[in-house]
Amino acid sequence: MTGTIVVAYTPDAFGEAALATGVEEARLRGADLLVVNGTRGDALVDESFASREELADLRHRLAETGLATEVRQALAADVGDLVVEIARERDAALVVVGVRRRSPVGKLLMGSVSQRILLTADCPVLAVKPD
Amino acid sequence: MDNLDLLMGGLDAALSPENLLYAALGVVLGTFVGVLPGIGPAMAVALLLPVTFGLGPTQSFIMFAGIYYGGMYGGSTTSILLNTPGESSSVMTALEGNKMAKKGRAAQALATAAIGSFVAGTIGTLLVAFFAPTLADIGVEIGAPSYFAIVVLAMVLVTSVLGDSKLRGFISLFLGLTIGLVGLDLNTGQARLSFDQPLLADRLDIVVVAVGIFALGEALWVAAHLRRKPLEVIPVGQPWMGRSDWRRSWKPWLRGTALGFPFGAVPAGGAETPTFLSYVLERRLAKGREFGEGAIEGVAGPEAANNASAAGTFVPLLAMGIPVTATSAVMLAALTGYGIQPGPQLMSTESDLVWTLLASLLLGNALLLVLNLPLAPLWAKLLTIPRPYLYAGILFFASLGAYAANLQAFDVFLLLVFGLVGLMMRRFGLPVLPLILGVILGPLGETRFREALTISGGEVSGLFDEALAVVLYVIAALAIVVPLVLGALRRRDPAQEKERMLV
Repeated sequence: MTGTIVVAYTPDAFGEAALATGVEEARLRGADLLVVNGTRGDALVDESFASREELADLRHRLAETGLATEVRQALAADVGDLVVEIARERDAALVVVGVRRRSPVGKLLMGSVSQRILLTADCPVLAVKPD
Repeated sequence: MDNLDLLMGGLDAALSPENLLYAALGVVLGTFVGVLPGIGPAMAVALLLPVTFGLGPTQSFIMFAGIYYGGMYGGSTTSILLNTPGESSSVMTALEGNKMAKKGRAAQALATAAIGSFVAGTIGTLLVAFFAPTLADIGVEIGAPSYFAIVVLAMVLVTSVLGDSKLRGFISLFLGLTIGLVGLDLNTGQARLSFDQPLLADRLDIVVVAVGIFALGEALWVAAHLRRKPLEVIPVGQPWMGRSDWRRSWKPWLRGTALGFPFGAVPAGGAETPTFLSYVLERRLAKGREFGEGAIEGVAGPEAANNASAAGTFVPLLAMGIPVTATSAVMLAALTGYGIQPGPQLMSTESDLVWTLLASLLLGNALLLVLNLPLAPLWAKLLTIPRPYLYAGILFFASLGAYAANLQAFDVFLLLVFGLVGLMMRRFGLPVLPLILGVILGPLGETRFREALTISGGEVSGLFDEALAVVLYVIAALAIVVPLVLGALRRRDPAQEKERMLV
């Protein structure tokens, strides 16, 4: 069976957890892997936007998995919408996101990319927490 | 020495807990706005103007001075870690500083910038304490024609030195002069450029103009270019320097100070020229060794020059009432807001204010060193603030300030107008500084101009009957003509041009 698994990636523990699960799932299903890293681009520095080195490292690690992979970096008004949009465009089988442990109030205040994806994606979404 | 006694007296006043608090507040705010590119000390001071009218003039000036110095420090942090100069005066720092940071020597680059700024700022402030009173004594003797000539010279020098396009500079200057004309003519009571608007006849409030151009203009400009690919910041720990760094740094610090101070003190337009000269000098002296790949001298020299010239600008500001940078222009406007008449007599009529200010500059400098060395990693974190939050805050303070200046809704409308002017200026690459100088120096020069003409009974020759005035006009003319001639000559000789580029 083929298909595409989209991983919402950030260069931190959450992104890594999502990536690890994404790779596992892709192996199980024999699917392609599309890693998306986005930013709102409205701050001078955004730590969740992978730097050139981090990106090179990511590509290297992906190549080692032996899967058909692709990495995409983009600017968007809302990173959650960006991931959902890409998943829709590829007709993805699954979206994997890393989520933070947060209280309902914290969620209300901070908003979140993963929440956006969970609520609006057309395909199943797998939410992973780092150990 | 007399001046030293007065400075000690000022230090005593500046050390009061209240004043110390304002100095600390000023340097923190200054570093904050300095770190963030696009937001400079001039904008911060303009935004704070209406807020500080509740404070005494001394307290607010202590705070403004802290912001001014703090902005210089903050700019270097951004230059080094991000390769994006936070301030126009730290462009040169970015050259070597960012290379050092990429080689893993960010901590040393930040340290030499901070300590160099401290050394230069301290020496510079002491030089101000020495020179300003002397110059003020001379200034009192100067007649209206010469004073007008000084104003003209300051405007010409700042406009022609700054930026690469003189045409743009002069467009901006004349825009400013025009804005400065709006309102009642103080001699005849005629309304000028007021379009039969009684609210315009009351002259434009400088707060509204400055906040509109600096804050609103920048906010609109940023809003128009909101999303950009984030830059890569170089992580940094605690700044420190090794023994060899000290050995390589101290001479550039002193040379930078020696270069920077005169450029600030002569009305010749801010820190861009001396920082450039200092960079070139250090590069020559090092015979190219390590330059281009992160030489510490290339950070130490320009940073010192930068702060020394910031200190130097206090000489014309305090002694003659003539500002040469955007920040000192807004500070001058603040003085007028307190009903204090800036000019040569300032040193004698407001001597408490002046000496406390100078003393708090020294204190602020020391505070900056204490703050910036340990807090550098924290300042770098500021860069992750999303722009919408930042500019929402700025817009809030801008509108509040514009309204609070006179409690007139019309001022908020004017703020929008000047905000659009500011946006257009950024769009077409017009420098902002000449405009602000025009707005502030225009009316100042006009008063002297009319005075001189009244004395001479309307004869134009009255403008040239002082030797000093004639000399100043000649210098101003040379400042315009010489670069044009040199440029023409250089273009005629492409081989020489190439050689210059290589040097």
